[in-house]
Amino acid sequence: MKSGTVKAIIFGLLFGFLLQKGGVGKLHLLIGALLLEDFTVLRVMLSAILVGMFGAMVLTRLGWAEYSIKPTRWRANIGGGLVFGAGFAFSGYCPGTGAAAIGQGNGDAWFMAIGMVVGSYIYALASRQLETHLKAAPADSRRIRLPDVFRLGPLPFAVLFAAALVGVLLLLDRFTV
Amino acid sequence: MDMLEGGMLSTVFAAALAEPPPISSYGGPAWSPYLVGALVGLLTCASMPFAGKPIGASSAYATIAGLIGKAVARKPTERTKYYKEEPPKLDYSIYFIAATAVGAFLAAWHGGELTGRFLPEFWSDRFGEGASAHRALFALTGGILMALGARLAGGCTSGHGISGSLQLSLSSWLSLICFFIGGVVVAHLLYPGGVL
Repeated sequence: MKSGTVKAIIFGLLFGFLLQKGGVGKLHLLIGALLLEDFTVLRVMLSAILVGMFGAMVLTRLGWAEYSIKPTRWRANIGGGLVFGAGFAFSGYCPGTGAAAIGQGNGDAWFMAIGMVVGSYIYALASRQLETHLKAAPADSRRIRLPDVFRLGPLPFAVLFAAALVGVLLLLDRFTV
Repeated sequence: MDMLEGGMLSTVFAAALAEPPPISSYGGPAWSPYLVGALVGLLTCASMPFAGKPIGASSAYATIAGLIGKAVARKPTERTKYYKEEPPKLDYSIYFIAATAVGAFLAAWHGGELTGRFLPEFWSDRFGEGASAHRALFALTGGILMALGARLAGGCTSGHGISGSLQLSLSSWLSLICFFIGGVVVAHLLYPGGVL
């Protein structure tokens, strides 16, 4: 087996294990997140961002890794984001948590996976038209990071942002179950 | 007196049927969500130097679609812009998503949380055991919309929502915020008054 395959399997196993233990393969916690009635998903995501933000900063500073930033395309990010969100509400599972749901034995999650495959192919068929209209603009297709937007150095931004994330987590802990 | 008691009893019984068990009765996360989140954050970071890429889920489905497309209709598939740029082959993303399912199986097995049923109990308690078609149609529709959205936005809740957002990518934060705006609005339209 190629080393890339071995790495994919190791990282996938750990990712799926963690998703299941975090409860985010459970339909009621996912729909509950979108109905703003359960905040497990938000807690997992914000904690991941908080810890990962500093981890990624250290790794890139040491020169062990490079950021891989996708280009900012306002119309595609916002339009695609809203369509994705609508789909998320219908499905309940998202592409990663749905794979975890399949693994833990939720039969309905297979339909999410079939939908993803069908939808991806539809996108590919329409990709020329869609991307000419929504992904064309080269001017704003730069790989922008939030510290650039706020004109702050990486460390000051990270500290302020971390404080904001911790604030949100504390508020969640105070006011929700 | 008897009639009054009977009346009260039937009222209580009807109320019990109309009100499904609260969300907490279906179980929360097995581990602390903060711990799981922190570990997912570390895993995503580790993936950057060791695998040379951060974590993502949605592109695996597009690759599988391309492989099936190539087997069924080679020319039309290879002619699309998307598959010209991303030629479908059995790659990292597919092993990763398959291993994600296996990892979740192991975790559920370890924690005694294997479900092994088509409808989550949460759903059948609210819409009935016969609501399989309803659920399947929702999941299928959602999958199609999510694929279109993720390919347009350049990632899903894993690639943008975790990997990109922790790298503080602007495109990822824009996308993630829109995932939730779209999700919250449509969820409230689909389940007016909530289901929980």
